[in-house]
Amino acid sequence: MTRYIVRRLLQAIPTLLGVSILSFILVNAAPGDPITMRTFGDPRMTEETRQILRRQLGLDQPLVVQYFVWMTGLSVRRGDQVAMMTTPDNTCGYVGAIDVTICDGGGGILRGDLGTSIDTRQPVWDRIVERMAATLELGIVSLLISLLIGVPLGVLSAVHRGSLFDNLVRFFAVIFRAVPIFWMALLLIFVFSVVLGWLPTGGRQTVSLTQEFNLADRIRHIILPAAVLAFGGIAGFSRIMRTETLEVLHTDYIRTAQAKGLAPGKVWFVHAFRNALIPLMTVMGPAVVGVLGGAVVVETIFAWPGMGRLTVNAAFQQDYPVVLGAGMFFAVLTIIGYLLSDIFYAAVDPRVRFD
Amino acid sequence: MAIDHAQASAAFTGARDANILVRKPQTYWGMALASLRRDRLTLVALGFVALIALLALSADLITAMLGVSPTQTNPANQFQQPYLWPYIQWMLGLDPITAPTMLYKSGGVPHWLGTDQLGRDQLARLLYGARISLSIALVAAALSMVLGVGVGAVAGYFGGRVDDVVMWFITTLTTIPEIYLLIIVNSIFRPTPLTLTLFLGFLGWFGTARFMRGNVFKVRTLEYTTAARAVGASNFRIMLRHVIPNSLPIIVVITAVDVGALILTESILSFLGLGVQPPTPTWGNMLYRANDFVFLRDPVTKDFIGLHLLIWPGVLITLTVLSFYLIGDGLRDALDPMLKNKK
Repeated sequence: MTRYIVRRLLQAIPTLLGVSILSFILVNAAPGDPITMRTFGDPRMTEETRQILRRQLGLDQPLVVQYFVWMTGLSVRRGDQVAMMTTPDNTCGYVGAIDVTICDGGGGILRGDLGTSIDTRQPVWDRIVERMAATLELGIVSLLISLLIGVPLGVLSAVHRGSLFDNLVRFFAVIFRAVPIFWMALLLIFVFSVVLGWLPTGGRQTVSLTQEFNLADRIRHIILPAAVLAFGGIAGFSRIMRTETLEVLHTDYIRTAQAKGLAPGKVWFVHAFRNALIPLMTVMGPAVVGVLGGAVVVETIFAWPGMGRLTVNAAFQQDYPVVLGAGMFFAVLTIIGYLLSDIFYAAVDPRVRFD
Repeated sequence: MAIDHAQASAAFTGARDANILVRKPQTYWGMALASLRRDRLTLVALGFVALIALLALSADLITAMLGVSPTQTNPANQFQQPYLWPYIQWMLGLDPITAPTMLYKSGGVPHWLGTDQLGRDQLARLLYGARISLSIALVAAALSMVLGVGVGAVAGYFGGRVDDVVMWFITTLTTIPEIYLLIIVNSIFRPTPLTLTLFLGFLGWFGTARFMRGNVFKVRTLEYTTAARAVGASNFRIMLRHVIPNSLPIIVVITAVDVGALILTESILSFLGLGVQPPTPTWGNMLYRANDFVFLRDPVTKDFIGLHLLIWPGVLITLTVLSFYLIGDGLRDALDPMLKNKK
């Protein structure tokens, strides 16, 4: 098992390298650059000033060099530029033999530093952490809702196969896959916020001067976005649980349990249910990724201050360090999600061994 | 040989004459078609898609007949409610005022599904939107099918180094959630319908490729592939004649479901303002800014006045996507011989 985990983590290295290269190329293929975009039409700006700004951000360098700087925090320039490049957090040295100045900015992805946001001058890492809490809160609550509703629905619908209940569950499972998530959100906002006025239309908490933590208020704010995000999960989980339970109900050990006269409830929940849960582990990884994807839309509609909105806004503003940092962050999350779901799978099912 | 064949066919005709029960030879696709014909739900879904496609194709004709246009604005007549219901009431003699008043406001043009925030006819926009939304989804699905099958087949067939590189590429791109990738790409390059189709197609083939690769691994070891190789068939021929046809049924199913998923993706991107840019209507960008319409009330009567703009595009997206999913499910049942034996 340890060997398997180590191997998987090693496999993640080329993947992450690929993500970094591809997203770097993608972001830099954009027409225009962040400086031009931010200073467009500003009469105080001269082309000279723009050049200086670009130079400060290292945007005047060739792409390969920029990538290298982003990864390692080390920058290389031709000629002796120690005097010009040295700043309090940038130590430089001149290598006379090959006529280059090498500077160490102290950052770089490889050292766990995602860079600095162009817009706010905050470390990207801080911005992500600040937003990630909100996304995690939303994601976990919605995953819990979809598990708590989807799993029992799937089991019951398998047990009562062919009944009206079963058909209704399957019908709604198909519908929920087809409804655009943002449309569902708007309909729910209309019903529960506009017409009934029960729930707030967006935000993570009521805006107040003190911004103190109020659990009831937080719960009222999370109900709608979490419910919207959970619909897809409910549909997916109930589908999987139905198929798996049906499969398990046909196995020999269930027949044995029934033959020895065990109460039906015990057969279903002790024997069938627990075994049907196992394959659910394998879809947890993709489910987490799905929630992260759905979060973009839900966060936008409900003004939820999470990662999704951060990424969308940063992409609009061409705040490359944030876009790239978020991309790397998602990649790491996805890899961890898939790895965890495989490990859990092996942990709960003794038949599965990764060797 | 020729004589043998003639004899055989004579014997066959003879057998039929003798009233022996002879069934027409059944092909795989013939059987699939027959079982599809009995599947009512799938037929309804197919019918709905055909209807939408037909309406989209005849958008010019229909709008010309109604005297409306998808881009003609009329600031004096924004947020007009659908004319349909007042018209019925008028014709039944229940309400002789509302419908004529609406006609007067719109200058004599009936807006059957109402008008939007700029006074444009919603029905016309939905029809033209169907054109764009459907063609984007269909072309992107076709593109990702071709790419997926091609790349997957090559990776699976040749294996080794080629396979490693392809799989590395796919794993890398699927490590970032697809919607984020699309958002980044589309916010950087503002898309036209054509480029959006290309983005969706080029970022959507990974699943098909993975499946294809797996299936190729399986088919490569089957006897008939070995036999083909033994009689000297080229790699290209084996791939084209043996490997790809074997995977075709499931490819068809994946593609049908893909079309539905792509309509959803397009609508999400457009809703975020990252899809096809206005004034070109798509079902998704008709819902762009729909958040504002949810709250919109008539200043006098306090009635909600933007709801028809929220309802119709959403209903159309849902039903169309649902139809493609159902077609996918139906095709899966029809094309899977293993499943048929189970029944």
